[in-house]
Amino acid sequence: MDWITTVDHKKIAILYLWAGGLFFGIGGIEALLIRWQLIKPMNDFLDAQTFNELITMHGTTMIFLGVMPVIFALMNAVIPLQIGARDVAFPFLNALGFWTFLFGGLLLNLSWVMGGAPDAGWTSYTPLSTSAYSGTHGVDFYTIGLQIAGLGTLIGGINFLATIITMRAPGMSYMRMPMFAWATFITSAIILFAFPAITVGLVLLTFDRILGANFFEPGAGGSPVLWQHIFWIFGHPEVYILILPAFGIISEVIPTFARKRLFGYSSMVFATILIAFLGFMVWAHHMFTTGLGPVANALFAVSTMLIAVPTGIKIFNWLFTMWGGSVRFTTPNLFASGFIPTFTMGGVTGVMLASAPADFQFHDTYFVVAHFHYVIVGGLVMGLFAGLHYWWPKMFGRMLSETLGKWTFWTFITGFHLTFFVQHFLGLMGMQRRVFTYLPNQHFDTLNLVSTIGAGLMGVGTLIFLANIVITSRNPMDADDDPWEDGRTLEWSIPSPPPEYNFKQTPLVRGLDALWKEKTAGNKGMTPAEPVGSIHMPSATPLPFIMSVGIFIAGFGFMFSRDNFSSGFVSFLFNNYIVTGLGLLITFGAMLMRSLYDDHGWHIEPEELEGR
Amino acid sequence: MTTTHAEPVHGGLPHEPEKATAEGRNKVLAFWLFLGGEAVLFGTLFATFLALRNQTNEGPTANELFHLPLVAAATFFLLVSSLTSVFAIQAMHRNRPALLRNWLLVTVMLGLCFLGLEIYEFSEYVRHEKFGMTTSAFSSAFYTLVGFHGAHVAFGILWISLLIGQLARKGLTVVTAPKIYVSAMYWHFIDVVWVFIFTVVYLLGKVG
Ligand code: HEM
Ligand SMILES: [Cu+2]
Repeated sequence: MDWITTVDHKKIAILYLWAGGLFFGIGGIEALLIRWQLIKPMNDFLDAQTFNELITMHGTTMIFLGVMPVIFALMNAVIPLQIGARDVAFPFLNALGFWTFLFGGLLLNLSWVMGGAPDAGWTSYTPLSTSAYSGTHGVDFYTIGLQIAGLGTLIGGINFLATIITMRAPGMSYMRMPMFAWATFITSAIILFAFPAITVGLVLLTFDRILGANFFEPGAGGSPVLWQHIFWIFGHPEVYILILPAFGIISEVIPTFARKRLFGYSSMVFATILIAFLGFMVWAHHMFTTGLGPVANALFAVSTMLIAVPTGIKIFNWLFTMWGGSVRFTTPNLFASGFIPTFTMGGVTGVMLASAPADFQFHDTYFVVAHFHYVIVGGLVMGLFAGLHYWWPKMFGRMLSETLGKWTFWTFITGFHLTFFVQHFLGLMGMQRRVFTYLPNQHFDTLNLVSTIGAGLMGVGTLIFLANIVITSRNPMDADDDPWEDGRTLEWSIPSPPPEYNFKQTPLVRGLDALWKEKTAGNKGMTPAEPVGSIHMPSATPLPFIMSVGIFIAGFGFMFSRDNFSSGFVSFLFNNYIVTGLGLLITFGAMLMRSLYDDHGWHIEPEELEGR
Repeated sequence: MTTTHAEPVHGGLPHEPEKATAEGRNKVLAFWLFLGGEAVLFGTLFATFLALRNQTNEGPTANELFHLPLVAAATFFLLVSSLTSVFAIQAMHRNRPALLRNWLLVTVMLGLCFLGLEIYEFSEYVRHEKFGMTTSAFSSAFYTLVGFHGAHVAFGILWISLLIGQLARKGLTVVTAPKIYVSAMYWHFIDVVWVFIFTVVYLLGKVG
């Protein structure tokens, strides 16, 4: 109950982590099933339809329901601490964002047991995703589930923007903000400007499928290419929503374990901003083969390649940070160091793909699959592992085992390269992506076997990580305030796990790497910016949860509004939008409650603060 | 920092009550951000409409369909309602709750007139022109763009009405003021969107 009503950003972080972990597990199992099907030619382990559903759900789940929430988990756990804030700007909205995400994800995954999962690929290209070619409710689960989950993401993005703009501690100017806070800031801005596009796209597709609209129906004047534009105007920025937080994590971990300040801090900030900006200008590099023509292709090819410049700046800055530092290879730093070469390889294949003529060869082959897994798994997932191992003691007050952590790293990275390195060659030799089987003796057999073995090894690495969590969670809380001893930023100046008010006294920030600055000046901790006083806290409330349940019911009702059920009464409920209306009523009712009853929260008094 | 939440201020409100508390300032800022997202949302809908506006699939075209006098009347109602919501905020800044309430009521009434005309317009198209959601790509794009805006208006009417109720119960405080201010921002925003709709959908449809 405590978890359902909480508005504490640190608890919401943990909720995001468990929910993201759950979906990660589902997506991982889907991946292993896909690889198992492809282990040998002409395998009949899965049929084509199931395979299509698996690849669609794997991609969708991993991107929207797996890695995004884990990113949000780390942001929620760390950002207020890093900027010296007691809370986020909107604790209530923060909880609402989590619950809508969770219920959207649940709705999407219900498709497995309710008559068929989406099967048109995670990009849901029309006309493949229109009712003519995708007759089950699968794609409806996709459009409505993602819509609800996307609402949560948007809410989260706005909340982080407002938090970072208004809640920084005294002295924490923008150019003194830790890189992870910068990454969160820019990522949230991308979310704000990219997600509404997919919101519209999903609405249009829903209308086509459920109301018989004609947006993507060429027979009635609609345009399938329109979908591709809308999808990628969102979709390309989305990949930066994923990778920029990983950049942020790496920029925290490497200086800590190199005991040096981040090389080129201001160039890192500007590179991040530039990447975000360029990210909006390059979407059509996913559409080179669509037939936009040579001029469009050339423009988008060049703008895409430009992104390699700020990205390169970042990579060199990380290397220069390590250069000459006294580097400690703890588990977080192993992951961070492993991130650099793997992500760089993904960037290189990205530039190759960005060459439009070459892309005509690479497009829709395993080469593309290899590229984006190098950036998403080799980059982002490694970054998340680095961040989780790094901040785990802060979040839970317990150290993870270094031995098991190193085992996780080595099995995971070996498995990763085994799985995806060979896919470059499979692609160059002509193996298409999204085919459920292949003929023998086309030189595909061995490499696919290797790839499947690698996937298994990554699974083992993940299991070791889980074992690490379970085993260490039985230990007593043993993490110090500054467990890595070389913490540089504000979160390491308060106890692990932090008290619910974070900072007893708001700290005064006197430079970049605020805590490190005090340490080198010989001080024991931060200087407070205010006397000890009464602290205002927001109250817990079940309303965000209830609102999300309402949206869930409404989405569900809308999806089945055109169906005939065996029971006439059920049909009546759905076909007259009674179920939809009921869901909306619950949501609006909860909103009304929220506005009727002012909640002033509560206070923690100074005596209580000293007592602890 | 220690007292971020708001107590009603006794004996006179601060000059800009919506920005008197940290919560109020956060709310206004976040609402600006939200409107940024809304701009992208409508931008995408406009782009879609522009791409599909000539795809009439042998159904009615924009030129055959639209009656500018009707649309002009709707535009008039909405533009004036934006003005009255400015008056409302001015009344709020002068700490005159009764006047504020009256201007909000006028705003809501004008919004209702607009919505009524739109519903009438849509039903005319559906009944007499055989122009429905499924007729053509143009019709789908038209109903989605204009309907989305209409839904925003409807939501705004509901929202401001609730705020009028809240004003009656709790009075004008530093808690209610940011809400009223933000709803006025929203109202202006949907007004601006309508100006674009009037130009891009209706005028261009008649002339272009
Ligand atoms: C220098 C940086 C990068 C460049 C130049 C680049 C270029 C490209 C190009 C041209 C494609 C289209 C290939 C095709 O479909 O034929 C592509 C696909 C893709 N990229 Fe990247 N990319 C870069 C970085 C990233 C990053 C950082 C991510 C994610 C974190 C990412 C994720 C993806 C994904 C998911 C796809 C496949 C989408 C699909 O399913 O079709 N890329 N990339
Ligand atoms: Cu891209």
